[in-house]
Amino acid sequence: MASDRQKHIRNFCIIAHIDHGKSTLADRLIERTGVISAREMEEQVLDNMDLERERGITIKLQSVKLDYKAQDGQDYILNLIDTPGHVDFTYEVSRSLAACEGAVLVVDATQGIEAQTLANVYLALDNNLELYPVINKIDLPSADPEFVKKEIEDVIGLDASCAALISAKEGLNIEEVLEGIVKYIPYPGGNENEPLKALIFDSYYDSYRGVIAYIRIMDGVLKPGMRMRMMANGREYDVLEVGTLKPYMNPTGILMAGEVGYVTASIKNVKDIHVGDTITDANNPCKEALPGYRKVTSMVYCGIYPADGADYGNLKDALEKLQLNDAALLFEPETSMALGFGFRCGFLGLLHMEIVQERLEREYNLDLVTTAPSVIYNITKTNGETVNVSNPANMPSPQEIEYMEEPVVNATIMSPTEYVGAIMELCQNRRGVFKDMQYMEEKRAILHYELPLNEIIYDFFDALKSRTKGYASFDYELKGYMKSELVKLDILLNSEAVDALSFIVHKDKAYARGRSIAEKLKEVIPRQMFEVPIQAAVGAKIIARETVRALRKDVLAKCYGGDITRKKKLLEKQKEGKKRMRQVGSVELPQEAFMSVLKLDD
Amino acid sequence: MKEIGLYVHIPFCRSKCLYCDFNSYECREGDSEDYVAALLRELDEYQKRYDFIYKTVFIGGGTPTVINCFLIGSILEKLSPFIMSGAEITMESNPGTVTFENLKYYRSLGINRLSIGLQAWQGELLRGLGRIHSPEDFLHVYDCARKSGFDNINTDLMFALPNQTLGMWKETLKKVAGLGMDHISCYSLILEEGTKLYELYREGRVQLPDEEADREMYWTAVEVLDSYRYGQYEISNFARKNMECRHNLIYWRNEEYLGVGAGSHSRLGNIRFWNFRDIDSYVSLIRKGKLPVEGQEELSSDVEMWETIFLSLRLNEGLDLQGFKSRYGIDFQGRYADVINRLTAQGLISIEAGRVKLTGKGKDLSNSVFIEFL
Repeated sequence: MASDRQKHIRNFCIIAHIDHGKSTLADRLIERTGVISAREMEEQVLDNMDLERERGITIKLQSVKLDYKAQDGQDYILNLIDTPGHVDFTYEVSRSLAACEGAVLVVDATQGIEAQTLANVYLALDNNLELYPVINKIDLPSADPEFVKKEIEDVIGLDASCAALISAKEGLNIEEVLEGIVKYIPYPGGNENEPLKALIFDSYYDSYRGVIAYIRIMDGVLKPGMRMRMMANGREYDVLEVGTLKPYMNPTGILMAGEVGYVTASIKNVKDIHVGDTITDANNPCKEALPGYRKVTSMVYCGIYPADGADYGNLKDALEKLQLNDAALLFEPETSMALGFGFRCGFLGLLHMEIVQERLEREYNLDLVTTAPSVIYNITKTNGETVNVSNPANMPSPQEIEYMEEPVVNATIMSPTEYVGAIMELCQNRRGVFKDMQYMEEKRAILHYELPLNEIIYDFFDALKSRTKGYASFDYELKGYMKSELVKLDILLNSEAVDALSFIVHKDKAYARGRSIAEKLKEVIPRQMFEVPIQAAVGAKIIARETVRALRKDVLAKCYGGDITRKKKLLEKQKEGKKRMRQVGSVELPQEAFMSVLKLDD
Repeated sequence: MKEIGLYVHIPFCRSKCLYCDFNSYECREGDSEDYVAALLRELDEYQKRYDFIYKTVFIGGGTPTVINCFLIGSILEKLSPFIMSGAEITMESNPGTVTFENLKYYRSLGINRLSIGLQAWQGELLRGLGRIHSPEDFLHVYDCARKSGFDNINTDLMFALPNQTLGMWKETLKKVAGLGMDHISCYSLILEEGTKLYELYREGRVQLPDEEADREMYWTAVEVLDSYRYGQYEISNFARKNMECRHNLIYWRNEEYLGVGAGSHSRLGNIRFWNFRDIDSYVSLIRKGKLPVEGQEELSSDVEMWETIFLSLRLNEGLDLQGFKSRYGIDFQGRYADVINRLTAQGLISIEAGRVKLTGKGKDLSNSVFIEFL
């Protein structure tokens, strides 16, 4: 039996496709319930990283407790648990959802349902959440709420008659959303007299208090002085403080079944806390952990090197600092003949990789050289041994390989029907296997493809966008590994292989890829004092060749009127440019050469 | 008393050439009287402070011959007490702006070296550069200059011009050398940002010879001029025996010089400094009794050393190892052993008879060589 206390709690999240107004709605809810004064209310409180704000996406979760007096005259606690909006963070999203009883489903009144909307709906349904639809942006002239309602009913099978029609931007009908949350989202269950069972749905590192874990109490109570145990790794800690999030930390002395809040316990390393893990009472443990926990695995890898070798230490510090708040970021030292000392880094997905790179450059002011992203290949050797390879440089020689497997994803692409042909062609080019296609209504289709992950980590998003004028949306999840005919493509400059330019590619695509990379490198490698042959090779076989002709002339104009200063500046600038080059054997390579393997529009 | 070089800048031109990014202004000759008055005062200021004596004078521009010749006269009159006897006194001129009478007058002022800007022998190339003269104008000036008593005449030529063929360039070289010129400068056209030619090039309205063609023209010049007994003594300069430009040698040997006039550069002691480029700022500062200096750079011994290296390597005589040691107290070969080995192995420099020199390939890629010593 739920207590009266629990009946006045609602734990919910907001799910939406990117740009459908999730963050804006969250802001309005916070504003309306007066958690934060208008002055404190910087636009979109929950997205508090600059980068997130710029991209309009939420990377790091935030949560907030809202106090709401409903029209029935009773006081409710509404815990809004924010979820990251991108596919790379599916696991995090699912753990956040597991902390809730319901979700507010926001759909743009002008766009309708998109790929991420569906992906998130499925996740929510997997977690048995009650969905409460909200149709946003009804103030826009092109808004068609009735059509969107019908779409929600047809595509998702959800009764949309109760949907709130709002404009988060204009603050229109926000009250109705709050009422709807109270009315349609179930209150939490759980028994406070049972042994403690709490779900960790997020954590972050605070330099004064150590790791702060965001939790949802499923059963029991948690209070300072208790000894808590992490069920996945068995580590135990003394609880120092618990409280609610308003969104700043507000100590409450106790958290009880059904409630959402934070716990601190002098935990030094964010890696000791795993999202999805269960916290229990070390002195009175629960029998089994909450379901759904799994270790986060990196899907995409790349080498990150400081542009200036002297920055190696700074890069290491920066990665360590980022990792404090991003347990999914992996890195280990790596050495490249071409790039010197750096790190092989693992990411949840492409967006995660981009975000980390950008944060390193912006927040830590580092100049980086990154190598082409790679996935993990499973290689079974002729001697029966299996190895995982994420760095092409570590690929065994072909004679030693019995067979190779590569990761494959289930991709969902949603698009106006007029682009279906173009999308199919793109997926075909990327070795996609067509699975299914559904028409959502007359004008839109959902395509399901099986695609090798290594085909989408380069420029798939860009290619998809340019082929569909930006109308298609895309989502994927890892399906598993499949046998594949893969080869390592080496790039030789002046007859020497450059390790940082090697990559693994399907054998049918090696020729075309090799040729376009050679062409691209020819454009970006400046002329040197000697001719530089560029070769693409698979094993000993050269499959493409270009030549950077030798520099013939590098002479200053006349020394006019004794203006030596200007000449000096020109030479100093030239020297600076040269310093930024990477010396690879006898060849000087600009940084963009290492990125050129990424940006091939085929 | 200190013996230095003097550069005098006259920033006026009848019309600006399309490739020109020097400090020159068209159609402002009306300001020349005020300008020269300021310039004379600037000279006074330096004479008050220092005890200079000029071993070379170079009146450059712009086009010194577009202003009233008596203004040039007033400058030389002011200078004459401070000019060493036997000094080289050069003035630049443009065909189309000088008469026989003018030339006789300039010669009478003590100017003993005349530089005539020709650039190319082909009228169509000259028009393409925005030059205001024809090859005939040039021949006329040259003839008048000889008749006026100039026995040291230079002409400036340019290669790698829009639409220029190797044949045209050979013709230019042979015509000029055949006249018995004393000194010839050959500059490769450099597109400078902010010039009209740069705009035309960017708009695709002008095509330029590629690097290969440029180098072919360069080495053709060396060969042709050699056959006419002009020795190359600097990357872009050729002279009959003992007719090297002594003023420019001051720059390349990294010695001291004073520059007066708008935008001029000076190097005195271990300071390099430069004047405001804009005529009005220059004139008004001097009128207020101030030196028109816009900026300065103090040379550390390392920087000065590097300057000396890259400037002297431009000369065929190269860098004198002994001289370097006595000037800086540093053994060049010891300090730059690695660089020297690398550049020698790449065939860019050679060391012979106590001198470091650029090889032919080193001349083509001289900047790449210079920055190795930075």
